[in-house]
Amino acid sequence: MSSRVLDVSATEVSTDAMRAPDAAGRFGRFGGRYLPEALMPAAKAVEAAFREAWSDAAFTTEYRRLLATYVGRPTPLTECARLSEALGVRVLLKREDLAHTGSHKINNVLGQALLAQRMGKRKLIAETGAGQHGVATATAAALLGLACTVYMGQTDVRRQELNVFRMELLGAEVVPVTSANGVGTLKEATNGALRAWVNETENAHYCVGSTMGPHPYPWMVREFQRVIGDEARAQCADRLPTAVPDVVVACVGGGSNAAGTFAGFVDTPARLVGVEAAGGSAVDKGKLGVLHGFMSHFLQDDDSQVLEAHSISAGLDYPGVGPEHVHLASIGRVHYTSVTDEQAMRALKLVTRTEGILPALESAHALAWVVDAAATGELPAGSTVLVTLSGRGDKDIHQIREHLR
Amino acid sequence: MSVAVATLEHHLRAARADGRRLLIPYVMAGVVPDWLDLVRGAAEAGADAIEIGLPFSDPMLDGPTVQQAAALATGRGARPRPLLDSLAGLDVGVPLVVMTYANVAMTLTPERGVGGFVDYLAAVGVRGVIVPDLPLEESAEYLARASEAEVAAVLLAAPSCDDERCREIAQASSGFVYCMSSMRITGERADLATTARETARRLKGMTDLPVVTGFGISTVAHAVEACADADGVVVGSAFMRMLVDGAPVAEVVDAVAAFRRALSSAGG
Repeated sequence: MSSRVLDVSATEVSTDAMRAPDAAGRFGRFGGRYLPEALMPAAKAVEAAFREAWSDAAFTTEYRRLLATYVGRPTPLTECARLSEALGVRVLLKREDLAHTGSHKINNVLGQALLAQRMGKRKLIAETGAGQHGVATATAAALLGLACTVYMGQTDVRRQELNVFRMELLGAEVVPVTSANGVGTLKEATNGALRAWVNETENAHYCVGSTMGPHPYPWMVREFQRVIGDEARAQCADRLPTAVPDVVVACVGGGSNAAGTFAGFVDTPARLVGVEAAGGSAVDKGKLGVLHGFMSHFLQDDDSQVLEAHSISAGLDYPGVGPEHVHLASIGRVHYTSVTDEQAMRALKLVTRTEGILPALESAHALAWVVDAAATGELPAGSTVLVTLSGRGDKDIHQIREHLR
Repeated sequence: MSVAVATLEHHLRAARADGRRLLIPYVMAGVVPDWLDLVRGAAEAGADAIEIGLPFSDPMLDGPTVQQAAALATGRGARPRPLLDSLAGLDVGVPLVVMTYANVAMTLTPERGVGGFVDYLAAVGVRGVIVPDLPLEESAEYLARASEAEVAAVLLAAPSCDDERCREIAQASSGFVYCMSSMRITGERADLATTARETARRLKGMTDLPVVTGFGISTVAHAVEACADADGVVVGSAFMRMLVDGAPVAEVVDAVAAFRRALSSAGG
């Protein structure tokens, strides 16, 4: 194992325009590490291990080997001829739905699972909403021979039963989380996972599923996901006469696929657009607060109680958003907007019929913005738009059917 | 030393100087309609200070019982501001210490952040504050304001803290040092964790502040055992479970009195 430790200046160079957070884990004023004392040593150990691993060629070589031979990277860039014709803009999809386990989540999870192994942990703890992160975590645990417990809101356990079965088949334990005043979605699953981490810090690594949580998670998860943006950037350079698209779009729940995508384009002239669910648009409608170990924008009432987000997509019903996204919004580099369940569902049908690709409900939000922005002229005719298709819609098939009935 | 800090710290130090083992019951504010009677009753039953929890939707460190207590409170419409307002003028003869999470502390007065929260506590006569998810690294503003507002900022130390960290926490803390008995969220347990006495002993070797052990102190036997090293105990879930199960406040007051008797007859 390398003894080299990445210092902050080296990190800033390696992460280019979306820089590493400051020493306190902040992007601007957002982020930080708001944890009970019992978890502070564990979070610091994760940071130290990540800094060391990320500068260790042996680690990154193994990570990239798994991405290539297990995940199936690079994922392709698909030119959407019929959709482009229908919208009057050129649409390219970054196909994370074709990654092993069906979403971008595996990129981050493999990185964290390797890190857990390096730290001598024998178990992964994860939270999941839609189940994509849970499936990815259970998969990585099976691959590396680690135990795995996934916390999932009771409501999501019901509406994502296929993914629950997949996780169990992979050998993971799925723990339904309920609370007396909750509705059984991702927020409660995260509470459950954090409490489990307090109880099991010695043996377990908490494998956070998005660019949220205490430092170093928002940064670390973005670094594990930046492969999406880096690949797409290189693929666009090969494909487009302008080298970069005019607009880059990604859906935002916690914000990991968006952070990974934007990291590849933040230093280009491309306009960057993050699309939240209307019932969970924390960047715009959220208020400054602290939840799950980090400072960001959260949906909350006037009495400091965090509200449940509502979305047809279990992956977008988190009441907060990763701290770096709020920072990117505050400095005006990324434009955040939201679309309704109806808009997402219309886009999902359109893309499925024109391209033969069934997107995940999360990704359908990003596509919905493209569809509507093309119609209103916000996307000028002839624009080139890159959309990250973060996952495939198979997992959502029951809900899609219910909605369309 | 400021008046209010002196009040909490002097109160606890004076009790300790008398050879008394400190007893700090935890009461979730608003858990039952007559929760203020429990605060009064607990003081009369021999509590040395009372920890008052403000309900929060996402309590990271709390186990099922305290979560249920919070849900009962919020279900009855209990909200942080009115709950704090109801403490104004409540003179029970022992200091009140408010515990809540960082989001409540930061957003109670959104324009003034954590400093505004501390001022609010001072205005209603609260003598101490515990915000478990404001660790040392995030608490400079909070600690400074608490010192100015004369509200003791009680920090938690956990078994996972190394000696250097324990020392830093003990130095920054005021009122007392809260010793987490184990690496577990709150809740009753069969035995006192083996880490409880060891962590308290380490802290005692580093500070003259009272060291009070909490988390999982479920029985009078646990309390007595923990006090072999610590100066006192916080008891939360054991009392809150009684209320969650429907026991009247008087019964909980009796339970507080039983802890008091046990600690006193054990030489405290």
